[in-house]
Amino acid sequence: MSTFLGMPGVPVRGPAADTAVGHLTGDRPFPAAARDSLADTQLRRNLAHATSTIRAKRAAVVTEVPDWEALRDAGSAIKADTMARLPELLEQLEANVVARGGTVHWARDAAEANRIVTDLVRATGADEVVKVKSMATQEIGLNEALEAVGVTAHETDLAELIVQLGHDRPSHILVPAIHRGRAEIREIFALEMPGVDPSLTDEPAVLAAAARTHLRQVFLRARVAVSGANFGVAETGTLTVVESEGNGRMCLTLPETLITVMGIEKVVPSWRDLEVFLQLLPRSSTGERMNPYTSTWTGVTPGDGPQEFHLVLLDNGRTRALADDLGRTALHCIRCSACLNVCPVYERTGGHAYGSTYPGPIGAILTPLLTGLTGGDDPNDSLPYASTLCGACYDVCPVKINIPEILVQLRAEHTEAHADRHRLPTAEAAAMKAVAWSMADPARFARAGRAAALARHGIRRGKPLLPLPPPLNGWTASRDAPRPSAESFRDWWARTRGPSS
Amino acid sequence: MKVALFITCLGDVLFPEVGKATVAVLERLGHEVVFPRDQTCCGQMHTNTGYQHDAAGLVRHHVEVFERVLADGCEAVVAPSGSCVGSVRHQHAALARREGDEALAVRAEAVAARTFELSELLVDVLGVTDVGAAYPHRVTYHPTCHSLRLLGVGDRPLRLLRAVRGIDLVELPAADSCCGFGGTFSIKNADTSTAMLADKMSSVLATRAEVVTAGDASCLMHIGGGLSRLRTGVRPVHLAEILASTT
Repeated sequence: MSTFLGMPGVPVRGPAADTAVGHLTGDRPFPAAARDSLADTQLRRNLAHATSTIRAKRAAVVTEVPDWEALRDAGSAIKADTMARLPELLEQLEANVVARGGTVHWARDAAEANRIVTDLVRATGADEVVKVKSMATQEIGLNEALEAVGVTAHETDLAELIVQLGHDRPSHILVPAIHRGRAEIREIFALEMPGVDPSLTDEPAVLAAAARTHLRQVFLRARVAVSGANFGVAETGTLTVVESEGNGRMCLTLPETLITVMGIEKVVPSWRDLEVFLQLLPRSSTGERMNPYTSTWTGVTPGDGPQEFHLVLLDNGRTRALADDLGRTALHCIRCSACLNVCPVYERTGGHAYGSTYPGPIGAILTPLLTGLTGGDDPNDSLPYASTLCGACYDVCPVKINIPEILVQLRAEHTEAHADRHRLPTAEAAAMKAVAWSMADPARFARAGRAAALARHGIRRGKPLLPLPPPLNGWTASRDAPRPSAESFRDWWARTRGPSS
Repeated sequence: MKVALFITCLGDVLFPEVGKATVAVLERLGHEVVFPRDQTCCGQMHTNTGYQHDAAGLVRHHVEVFERVLADGCEAVVAPSGSCVGSVRHQHAALARREGDEALAVRAEAVAARTFELSELLVDVLGVTDVGAAYPHRVTYHPTCHSLRLLGVGDRPLRLLRAVRGIDLVELPAADSCCGFGGTFSIKNADTSTAMLADKMSSVLATRAEVVTAGDASCLMHIGGGLSRLRTGVRPVHLAEILASTT
């Protein structure tokens, strides 16, 4: 079955500083940033423990559902339909939010979204906001933008709070402090949490109680809350946040003003569609049958909850991704992070190596789709290569995003963008062309094979006699080199069997 | 059955013993093997490194060579590599379509439909799990990612191995975790690749096996390269070589 994708487009290339800013690009390419993480043995222990635990939980609860594969198909189909009708669904969402007393704002990029939110907060006269855990506001760097105008943002998700108090960056979509062990968390709380008992232990219950005491005071005095949204239902204008702690619900119900920043791809057509995702998301993300708190709200309800509601619809590169007919499926992502937890690369490097708010396999495709591949030395150009294409991510994705296929496609877009921008090919491109040339013809290939066989004399006990140039020395640093055989298979066949077909 | 051998470029130049073993197993079972000498490479390295235009020429060549032998009485194409068969099955037609060549895509699909990884051919097409092999060694099996997830070979290699006389087959811990090879990933991201390899080697050593086997010479080259650098004494041996062994 093929689905008509509605808005055909061509991949958009080139630098995108004008359309996507915020926390989407690190300061170094992936291989360099990964080196630091790999050297941190505590980090690798924390990650291996956390990812293997959550991996096992997910696997167990997914096998309980007899129609899991049908649910994945449904999730994938609903998202494909949504992307094909995105403009009309967003307008429907807007009309319904407005009809129920909310205000809708459209933000083309991070700068515009930050300006809208900071203006709204300043108009209330508040000098602090409470925040529900949100990837979109992390992506646009909202906390920093608020700080710049004198507004303090309090993260209220426990893990986000750990990251904020530790002056750190999140390293996982769902578990932003996954790289921290409990001893480190105790240390951060003791040093940074206002009013904390400095003799607290690293018992999880003690740490949670300390955070609770701290956060209660913040909840009770905050007048403005900022949230993201897991889903926005177009048919009624209802927003949804899915969480585990109940701190999100505190933010969504206590303050007078609620500002929600939602990526435009988070819209779903109807409540029936929402039902599919509310089954897929918790099992894929936390490995729970159902998440403890699902909050939904529609506009403003007099006398109940926030009396002022603003929805900021964020593009920030999403329409760029939408224009890429294969890459647009990355917008299907519901931020469950199952792909991070099964990724053998993420498990070793952690999230900071990716440089973006979105790490792991989904980040390796989504980030360059949002910011564009430059074909130059932008750190995000290295992300499509940060995978062995092992396919574990595709197996667990609840909306069946074919991440390996998109990675391969982005690699092609990257090399082509490079060729467009540079007169001279890279050494790699020249080598690839030379190999392809020799492989395009059997006689040339046989000669190349015999030439390669001579290289066997240059290898002794697995090590080359002369040091190999980069990047080939990347192999011999940790593995012995294979010795080409003195006689290739085809020469053996010709010698022993004569010419074949 | 008349079967065409797709030797793979790596198998041809670096690991001819794997090809010879594949021929030996099939001939012992009474099948005829032909080797189309014009074959070169499936183009996977080019595709996966971002050089689709260069790969497209190799795909065209591969399709031409193997559709000719399939028209000429061969009923199947076999390769001792899950990864290269994965490329034929899941990349060739898509690549041809992206290059705007629908006719080539259709031809590629026809070749792919009759191309099998060795354990698939033996178990599914030829209906055999006991190939009459004997291999008196302690062996652990690494299910390579492309065999496991791209092709879905499941337990076919293990069923073949369990039927081998004298083998002491021991389970590999965290078997489905990638070894870190990933083609050019192993040099572009050499440090991360090495970290993954280190964990894979720990798992292999924990089994106290003499031999680590797999259905892909490329992953074995990676795991074996690490095991050899550490002078562990554990040998990488391709699945085909174990199945060909009779002593």
